[in-house]
Amino acid sequence: MRKKLMGYVGFANFPNQVHRKSVKTGFQFTCMVVGESGLGKSTLVNTLFNTQIYPNKQPAEPTHDCPQTVEIQSITTDIEENGVRLRMTVVDTPGFGDFVNNEESWKPILDNIESRFDAYLEQENRVNRRKMVDNRIHACLYFITPTGHALKPLDVEFMRRLHTRVNLIPVIAKADTLTEEEVVAFKQRILADIKHHNIQIYQAPAYEYDDEETIAENREVMSKIPFAIVGSDKEFEVEGGRRVRGRRYPWGVIQVDNEEHCDFVKLRQMLIRTHMEELKEFTNDVLYENYRTEKLSAMGIQQDPSVFKEVNPVQKMEEERLAHEQKLAKMETEMRSVFHAKVQEKEHKLKQSEEELYARHKEMKEALDKQRIELEEKRRRLEAGRPMTPEKSKKKGFSFNK
Amino acid sequence: MTNSENTAENKQTILNAYVGFDTITQQIEKKSLKRGFQFNVMVVGQTGLGKSTLVNTIFASHLIESKGRLNADEPPRQTTEIEAVSHLIEENGVRLRLNIVDTPGYGDQVNNENCWEPIIKYIKDQHSAYLRKELTAQRERYIQDSRIHCCLFFITPSGHSLKPIDIVVLKKLSEVVNIVPVIAKSDSLTLEEREAFRQRIKAELAFHNINLYPYESHEDEEQEQALNESIRELIPFAIVGSERNVVIDGKAVRGRKTRWGVINVEDETHCEFVHLRNFLTRTHLQDLIETTAHIHYEAFRTKQLLAIKGSAQPSSPTPMSSPATPSTNAGVSPAAGSAR
Repeated sequence: MRKKLMGYVGFANFPNQVHRKSVKTGFQFTCMVVGESGLGKSTLVNTLFNTQIYPNKQPAEPTHDCPQTVEIQSITTDIEENGVRLRMTVVDTPGFGDFVNNEESWKPILDNIESRFDAYLEQENRVNRRKMVDNRIHACLYFITPTGHALKPLDVEFMRRLHTRVNLIPVIAKADTLTEEEVVAFKQRILADIKHHNIQIYQAPAYEYDDEETIAENREVMSKIPFAIVGSDKEFEVEGGRRVRGRRYPWGVIQVDNEEHCDFVKLRQMLIRTHMEELKEFTNDVLYENYRTEKLSAMGIQQDPSVFKEVNPVQKMEEERLAHEQKLAKMETEMRSVFHAKVQEKEHKLKQSEEELYARHKEMKEALDKQRIELEEKRRRLEAGRPMTPEKSKKKGFSFNK
Repeated sequence: MTNSENTAENKQTILNAYVGFDTITQQIEKKSLKRGFQFNVMVVGQTGLGKSTLVNTIFASHLIESKGRLNADEPPRQTTEIEAVSHLIEENGVRLRLNIVDTPGYGDQVNNENCWEPIIKYIKDQHSAYLRKELTAQRERYIQDSRIHCCLFFITPSGHSLKPIDIVVLKKLSEVVNIVPVIAKSDSLTLEEREAFRQRIKAELAFHNINLYPYESHEDEEQEQALNESIRELIPFAIVGSERNVVIDGKAVRGRKTRWGVINVEDETHCEFVHLRNFLTRTHLQDLIETTAHIHYEAFRTKQLLAIKGSAQPSSPTPMSSPATPSTNAGVSPAAGSAR
């Protein structure tokens, strides 16, 4: 029921308040880069943020011992632009795909992502939740080797394992090695491979209430996935005297910021300018929640569905009280009947014993009377004369005291 | 050895008139032209590095199909499908029978352990087949030579260093075949990056004691040694391959066209394809074939025959000359069988 306003209220100022508040606290974004060594991951990160986040790699001396597992390294930088502060964390995965046997190379990465989810889950369950730090991975840039043919088995395997835990954005690395037609064909093959294996790469959600322009822009950006990119932090002069970032070859200079040369601009637009918040939201609302549900139901916490029924609390209390009283009444009658039964039994027993006693009493009294009568007789006899009856022996028998 | 024989070796005898035995070179040439030449090359590298394209570019003809997985539900190819494709090409009356051996699936799996075994087995099988043909009592006059004369090893242009799998395979392969490493798809590296990458690769190869063709040999003369030195400087060659033609300055040359420039495959400033092609076909073709016969095949043969003799007679086997000195072996190996 939408009501019409009669005058200006002022809550249209609300977005500004939010804006001011969030600018004050600053923003935070965590991005992971995965790919074989030498594909230009560090260079791309430096190019994206126009600053040397990654220092230049010094080649190490050739040694016999090489690392055997994929490492996880993370670098955090605070960058500021127009008063907006961004805390950018980039997680690198050196060693991925570099070994002879790469079978377990996604495991450390998957473990790292899930451990970040676990850390967040733990924070949510704490008593004091005021200061929550979110270092979950919001986007994962996966670098594809520009073979020009199709995805490698390692690429497919990695994406299959991680697409439910992180926003996967595939990029074609070092795309200056492919001509235009090769890039188009390669992208089609990659997308076909991805569809065939049911891998869910990041799709930007389309909102109906967006304006036409934004929708068209979004669609164009998403149509370029996987982005064919070239990274460079060096500048050169081209004809026209402009200075551009690019790579200089004997046959020409490829410009990183030129949309006709590579898709770098589109990638930057998507990652930073338009979809950063979407990526974070999707991570929080969908990926994290799925992980949480799986984890909690695996721990055996049953979901009680009756909690969700709509209840009137007063009525419920009445019902409960009635039920309780009924129960009590029933218990009372039960106990009473039991009591009665017991009492009757006891009475019966007592009666019996009373009768028995009485009977015995009577018996004994009779016996006693009888004895008394006999004794009286004997006394009379004694007093009267001589005992005629053979009672001599009887005298002995009587030790009767007078 | 007496003194007179010594001096006879050092001093050349002077001829009094023209004899005419200098036409032996032409006689040999005529015979060889009639017979034709045989060259076997193997390409080793991960999928998508441009191996097929490069071979087609070197020999300027469509010899092998550039293979890639076309459908999503096709399984990736296995290294067990090593096959040789044979072509006969002719230039100025010289016929060359070319065998190209592709190694599909090398290094493409998730777990690449022992992916080099089928390759080494194939190479040894060729040596073994040749040895068997040599050892039969009634052998053919001219044995078909299917031994691999040259192996082109394709290095991914990462710009950093060799991958662990590359080092392992290079080590194993350099013991059985002539290896020529190349940096594939080098149009993704700028000139400075290429130089740095090349130095790094050379340092790593030296560190792991991997011996590449051309080998050091004492009987080479000055000129050859200088040539070999310059080749060794250039190895690994940074190359770009292309079968398609692009138009540069009105001329149609082989190259790749991109939005920011046109790469000319035959331009020395763009890539080192020209050096590789000259090295393989114009200067060292014969030497590659000879080295395979005299060094690698002899080493294989020695091991095999020692093993056979060792199993037949438990007592000490007859000593065979070591494979490191090709000059003495030239006399021992049957001259009829060696590819000329």
